[in-house]
Amino acid sequence: MSRTYLGMPAFPEAAAVSTGDATLRANLRRATHTIRAKRAAAVAELDDWDQLRAAGAAVKDRTLRHLDRYLLQLEENVTRAGGTVHWAADADEANRIVTDLVRATGETEVVKVKSMATQETGLNAALEQAGIRPYETDLAELIVQLGDDLPSHILVPAIHRSRGEIRDIFRTRMADWGRPAPSGLTDRPSDLAEAARLHLREKFLRAKVAVSGANFMVAETGTLVVVESEGNGRMCLTLPETLISVVGIEKTVPTWQDLEIYLQLLPRSATAERMNPYTSMWTGTTDDDGPRSFHLVLLDNGRTDALADRTGRQVLRCIRCSACLNVCPVYERAGGHAYGSPYPGPIGAVLTPQLRGLASPLEESLPFASSLCGACYDVCPVAIDIPEILVHLRERVVQGGEVTTRGIRTVVKPAKKHLAERAMMHAAGWTLDHPRALRRAQRLAARTRRLHPRRLPGPGRAWSDTRELPPLPTEPFRDWWARTRGGTA
Amino acid sequence: MRGTSRDRILARVRRALADVPAHERPQDHPVPRDYLRTHGARTPAESADLLAENLADYRAVVHRVAATGLPALLTELLGRRGARRVAVPAGLPAEWLAQAPVEQVPDSAGLTARELDAVDSVVTGCALAIAETGTVVLDAGPDQGRRLITLVPDHHVCVVRTADQIVDSVPQALGRLDPARPLTWISGPSATSDIELDRVEGVHGPRALDVILVHDGRPRDEQAVTGDSAPARGL
Ligand code: SF4
Repeated sequence: MSRTYLGMPAFPEAAAVSTGDATLRANLRRATHTIRAKRAAAVAELDDWDQLRAAGAAVKDRTLRHLDRYLLQLEENVTRAGGTVHWAADADEANRIVTDLVRATGETEVVKVKSMATQETGLNAALEQAGIRPYETDLAELIVQLGDDLPSHILVPAIHRSRGEIRDIFRTRMADWGRPAPSGLTDRPSDLAEAARLHLREKFLRAKVAVSGANFMVAETGTLVVVESEGNGRMCLTLPETLISVVGIEKTVPTWQDLEIYLQLLPRSATAERMNPYTSMWTGTTDDDGPRSFHLVLLDNGRTDALADRTGRQVLRCIRCSACLNVCPVYERAGGHAYGSPYPGPIGAVLTPQLRGLASPLEESLPFASSLCGACYDVCPVAIDIPEILVHLRERVVQGGEVTTRGIRTVVKPAKKHLAERAMMHAAGWTLDHPRALRRAQRLAARTRRLHPRRLPGPGRAWSDTRELPPLPTEPFRDWWARTRGGTA
Repeated sequence: MRGTSRDRILARVRRALADVPAHERPQDHPVPRDYLRTHGARTPAESADLLAENLADYRAVVHRVAATGLPALLTELLGRRGARRVAVPAGLPAEWLAQAPVEQVPDSAGLTARELDAVDSVVTGCALAIAETGTVVLDAGPDQGRRLITLVPDHHVCVVRTADQIVDSVPQALGRLDPARPLTWISGPSATSDIELDRVEGVHGPRALDVILVHDGRPRDEQAVTGDSAPARGL
């Protein structure tokens, strides 16, 4: 069975577990530090990065402000080009639509291209329940699926696994899913890639149905775009007879020309490449080339709730590059699983509570999973002010207020005091661990003073005080925390 | 059912946007497009050099040749690879492979992925190439064939005409491409960054990519070379 995120503990508890895992931390640290430096170099190559970034943010904002109109235009153009458009208000509906479409083909297997949207809806579990076997074909997703694991990074879902662990997973699990790993498999990345190639080739050649996401949808042409590296995307988008793409409504861009912005921003931010190895673009169906039938499932699942929040809606600009994860000191220590959703790191901390609402202690704790250091904002290619949204969501948790949930405006009550305190202690702990982060948090706090809750209990002031450095506690914070945590945990 | 959710989602969107003035049109929300159309001014020869350099940086093997030398070079590259069976798009100029001692497998609607899995190489033209990113773009034109023929074989030889197929930048490329056609942008051979975020060549697409920059045969600038280009940075 596919693992799900149901019943995940709140961030502080989950993070406490992973920060204690030395291997995980070492894997994460190595990977994120490598990519950080590379991203900076790739970005520095373009003199007009700031202009591209501003344009990338503005086009998304324009789209979001007129999203109804662009969705209708997209639907019209996909339909005209031979595709069929479906609308899914929530995860269950999306899963039902996909399951029915697969059933209608009579097939019991599908190949999948890495897709955040279908992870969010838990599609694999739904398909399995319906007797349909989903095969993940992205290398990292394959590692996660074979290891009966959960993804921990947007771009590299198996980032928490070292090459040695990957080899062991391939050796022990590949045979259960199809072609076994070659005997004598080493942990050389090229050998591991070769093993995946052999394992999946037969599945690609056999597959009749594929499920994908998309990075962009162009309203004026009805074109979908998938950006990838390995070629598994091309396989899934080209070889099967039926293609089903599940895409969040916010992936829309108005014009063909707009792609010129994002195809420059995304590869450099994501894998630090001038261009990723493969980008596929398709508009409906083409005679004798690629799938004969194409279905687009437009997914809401909380996106319109985020859209209703004037401060929070900028989160819908996100192009899922994962640059914010790679620079985040909290992510680096806590690991991706602590965020309790397919969206870890800074983007997860602001996206999950908005998509799901402040539904449980997990969602309520996520806005506190940050030191507000601002590194995420600096690298975000569409200039999402993540710290601003974090502060805004903290206010919602602590003070309560109006939110939109499943399209209905409601008022949430302030979180129970002990929970808010606990979450804030944790956040403050991070901040005090990082003096530089604290100074930046203070600058940010001054900038967003208006948004701050007025009174916070105890050391919560570490982030809410807007005027001056908080006096350092006479007792070192971590000692105090260790001493008092027992009382509230 | 479908109609219901469609209406519900659209209604939620409109409610969520209650703060957007009713008279606001999309173009009223400004989009600054003051980013560059190209990153630097280049002569056509410089653009070709940059393309070669960037392609090689991502481990495509780049070759330069005059048009008259193309058939011999193709024969040599396929021979080096030991290719016996070669997929050929319907509109590939016949003379390109006239000298090559290989079995040509013509692309047609009936050619399956499984059959292609037993093909060694594929030779195509392209729609255009982008110098700044080291990218070739295929648009399923007659000299490129259906998408799967450049995907299933493990070796792809792609021919770029330097005279009229190289653009400098991504914005220029999009301006020349037709969104109605299925497009494949290729920047180096198949790769992955999934193991410890390190780029490794070769997963599902062709693991070997040869790109031939073919010029029209007049004596070109002093940098024109035949055969492998100089190894580029980053290797
Ligand atoms: S929030 Fe910005 S940096 Fe983070 S994944 Fe989204 S686009 Fe990338």
